[in-house]
Amino acid sequence: MRDNWVVIKDLSYYRAGKPIFKKVNFNIPQGKITAIMGPSGCGKTTLLRLIGGQLSPRRGEIFVNEKNIPRLSRRQLYHARQDMGLLFQSGALFTNLSVFENVAFPLREHTHLPEEFIHDLVLLKLEAVGLRGARNLMPYALSGGMARRVALARTIVFDPKLIMYDEPFTGLDPLSMGAISKLIKELNEILGVTSILVSHDVQETLKIADYVYMISEGHIMGEGTPEEITKHTSPWIQQFIRGLPDGVVRFHYPAQNYQEDLLGES
Amino acid sequence: MSAFAWIRRLGHWGLNCCARVGRAGIFLFLTIFRFPRPVRSFPLLVEQIYVEGVLSLSIIVVSGLFIGMVVGLQGYNTLSKFNATQQLGNLIALSVVRELGPVVTALLFAGRAGSALTAEIGLMKATEQLASMEMMGIDPLWRVISPRFWAGVISLPMLAAIFSIVAILGGYLIGVKWLGVDAGAFWNNMQSSVDFKIDVFNGWIKSCVFGVVVTWIAVFQGYDCEPTSEGISRATTHSVVYASLIVLGLDFILTTMMMGGW
Repeated sequence: MRDNWVVIKDLSYYRAGKPIFKKVNFNIPQGKITAIMGPSGCGKTTLLRLIGGQLSPRRGEIFVNEKNIPRLSRRQLYHARQDMGLLFQSGALFTNLSVFENVAFPLREHTHLPEEFIHDLVLLKLEAVGLRGARNLMPYALSGGMARRVALARTIVFDPKLIMYDEPFTGLDPLSMGAISKLIKELNEILGVTSILVSHDVQETLKIADYVYMISEGHIMGEGTPEEITKHTSPWIQQFIRGLPDGVVRFHYPAQNYQEDLLGES
Repeated sequence: MSAFAWIRRLGHWGLNCCARVGRAGIFLFLTIFRFPRPVRSFPLLVEQIYVEGVLSLSIIVVSGLFIGMVVGLQGYNTLSKFNATQQLGNLIALSVVRELGPVVTALLFAGRAGSALTAEIGLMKATEQLASMEMMGIDPLWRVISPRFWAGVISLPMLAAIFSIVAILGGYLIGVKWLGVDAGAFWNNMQSSVDFKIDVFNGWIKSCVFGVVVTWIAVFQGYDCEPTSEGISRATTHSVVYASLIVLGLDFILTTMMMGGW
């Protein structure tokens, strides 16, 4: 059995001329929860899109299950994606379909299974996320936490080998956050899937992650187990995990001298 | 602003335009040349023909009736000056079948169905529905774009035909029933002067071309829009404006070609 399900080598990616990643390397171990943490806008979601082949890197290689994603043809890429699942921050449910139909959607598109089988499979997945009773609701009638759980059921309906979670805790109340956190951990343990968890929620992420990468300004600022990250000597990491407003990362956006600025205005 | 800055801005704009046209071309190619999956595609196509075609019927029928009535009234007033009111039938039929039917239907279709298509696809992009489909290994070009595109291409010629029939009936109501033109002369002159190949078939060709162009613009604007509320609003406006202008321009080119000018 190989150690790493996802291997990223010398990845460079630029957006509008601005570097998002500069020759970074990641190894995502198989069957573990790997967290990617960093401040907003540091490229966490971009990294997931690069792994999923929705964006192409300027340089570097991205291997998922030993397939070099940027080098795949369109057909091969769509085929490779059937082994991946991405839980979007918004849930990205199809607004014209009910909860049941949303979860059944990938099955209907990829298989010719009989309707009774699809019915049972969808209910099984909805039961796993605790929303079997909500099968007839439309997406607009769901709360943020429920929508994300339905999206999770849809993500796992095809039993992917790799699940990527894009900010799964953002905007959730403590109950929903706890439910999502428990589901991510259980799915990882029961199904043995490889999980990549992108988040800036320090407490919740460190609780369930097996390994953590901290990224900022195109570089990996630190990596290790949650214990190692907590005890890390880097002032940047300490400021981030403690949520200190000022430190290595300045509170103020770079500007000219305050006094000169005010006097200059008058 | 210096002259160099203007030249740089112009060059930037030109490059952006070329890139957009290139993207639109590749998009059309990928939409048309999908691997056919008849069993799965057919229900999606029928659903979209209902949404784009059947739901546009009311506006097409009402517009066709009024335009036919106006052409009948204006035509009668002009023809009566030359004692040629018997020619009202062929005047209405030729105006409608050759020009007004395809052009006005395409303009109405761009406003009613085209704008809705752009907004729907743009919103699907903004809410990451298209991205989530991609990540499920389902190509949105096949699942979302292709049925909408082909439904528009099939619907518009049918709507144009219905528009033409209703407009001729509107002209008949005004000319024959209200202004007293002889019914026999109205239909007989129409029948003798309207040629199936030159008039009806050419009108059908026009509406097919407009169907491709209007639906292509609508789906591309939605797919390529900036995924924000302003972006969707801008794309919807562009969809209607570009489609209308291109339909009018293409109509001139096609008419010139059909009349043997080229």
